[in-house]
Amino acid sequence: MSWRLWTLRKSLFVYHANVGACNNCDIEIVELLTPAYDVERFGIVLVGSPRHADALLVTGVCTRQAEPRLKELYRATAKPCVVVCVGSCALAQGVFADGYHVGHPVDEVIRSVDPEAIIAYVPGCPPKPEAMILGVVKVWQKLAELGRARPAPAVQPAVGVSTT
Amino acid sequence: MGIGAMVLALVTGAGATALLGLLAKGVDRKVTARLQWRVGPPLYQPALDCLKLLGKETVVPASAMGNGFLIMPLFGLAGTAVASSMLWVMNLRGDVGFVGDAIVVLYMLALPAVATILGAAASGNPYATVGAGREMKLLIGYELPLTIALLVAVVHTGNSFRLGQIVAAQGDGGMVAGSVSGLLALVVAIVCMQAKLGLVPFDQAEAESELMAGVYTEYSGPPFAAINLGRCMLLAALPILLITLFLGGIHPSGLGLAAFALKFGVLLVIIVLIRNTNPRLRIDQSLRLFWYWLTPLALLALGLAMAGRHYEVTWL
Repeated sequence: MSWRLWTLRKSLFVYHANVGACNNCDIEIVELLTPAYDVERFGIVLVGSPRHADALLVTGVCTRQAEPRLKELYRATAKPCVVVCVGSCALAQGVFADGYHVGHPVDEVIRSVDPEAIIAYVPGCPPKPEAMILGVVKVWQKLAELGRARPAPAVQPAVGVSTT
Repeated sequence: MGIGAMVLALVTGAGATALLGLLAKGVDRKVTARLQWRVGPPLYQPALDCLKLLGKETVVPASAMGNGFLIMPLFGLAGTAVASSMLWVMNLRGDVGFVGDAIVVLYMLALPAVATILGAAASGNPYATVGAGREMKLLIGYELPLTIALLVAVVHTGNSFRLGQIVAAQGDGGMVAGSVSGLLALVVAIVCMQAKLGLVPFDQAEAESELMAGVYTEYSGPPFAAINLGRCMLLAALPILLITLFLGGIHPSGLGLAAFALKFGVLLVIIVLIRNTNPRLRIDQSLRLFWYWLTPLALLALGLAMAGRHYEVTWL
């Protein structure tokens, strides 16, 4: 298994990007750092700069104002990195889907920059901290899968398997 | 010492300091977590963080002066490595020092801060620029009392700027911190050490609630790993410096190493406790603390030490 991806799983630095959330998801994210959940046990730390980040934690419906900023944020993040969309808004724009101010869904915006981006989805309004930890676990599983993947497998799967 | 012995001393000394520093950082994070009623990361987490950063991409921002931006973390790391390996060698083999090696160590330990300032200024980021200004003011603030505190140890141990001599004199006449002036100087040096480490209450340069990541905002990948490793090594090197100057140094025997571990642990606990029980000072408040309170205190300690030597009062 690639040591880069292994260490990435063991020490995931998170940058929190609010691209138009109502702050409810943000409060729940901060709850992850409290003694009840304490994700620093797994090496997860909130950092202040996207240059230090391994995971972009995106909350909120991506507004038209925030869309170019989110793209720039993804470009500014040092690779390899993953994206975690937190909350109904970030997933599918929630109740604001028809709003005049709403841009594209977060995953579409990220994929317009990098089609190969690893994106995890955490639904909920707001998601419980347990659900967010589950999202992180899925990121770990995905990274482990990528680390195990051989460059050219002998037998290709018959039906297309999602690679993201 | 020949060139080969010097290289060997540098590699083993810096390696030992890096291991000790990563462990100390792990203890720091674990104790901080326990103080906040959390479980905290495993002890080896800082090493994993550095390893992970080595595998990340290095982003050079368009606004950065590329070469200076990338070389400065290495300068800082080199300064810490040289200073810490010198400290180990002068402690364990008192005869190989030279006149003024204490001053060289002090200079080398100032290099990380200078490199941080230059690197942050070269990164072209507004947050980093503000952080660099603060780091510079902090450097101006703490260097003066730290140097005077060093002079107290020098006066106590027979007016010698040789670290080997300072350690040997403490072996004969008791540790410097056993006297009034030595204790005052140790207190001053502990506060200066906190500022040199950039920990709360002196973390204005990377104040995460005001400046995002401050001076380190634009660093990523291996340069950031070098910065992190350098700061971890500093967390080991500065307590070793204080032990050398004030607490009797390191002696290469079983009991001596146990005493060293005890002293190092006590200093580390003091660092962690100061860090966890204080709010961040404003930069003007910390300058006032260093210049109006700690510098006079250090001067008082120096005066006491000189008087004690002149009138041969050993407890002064």
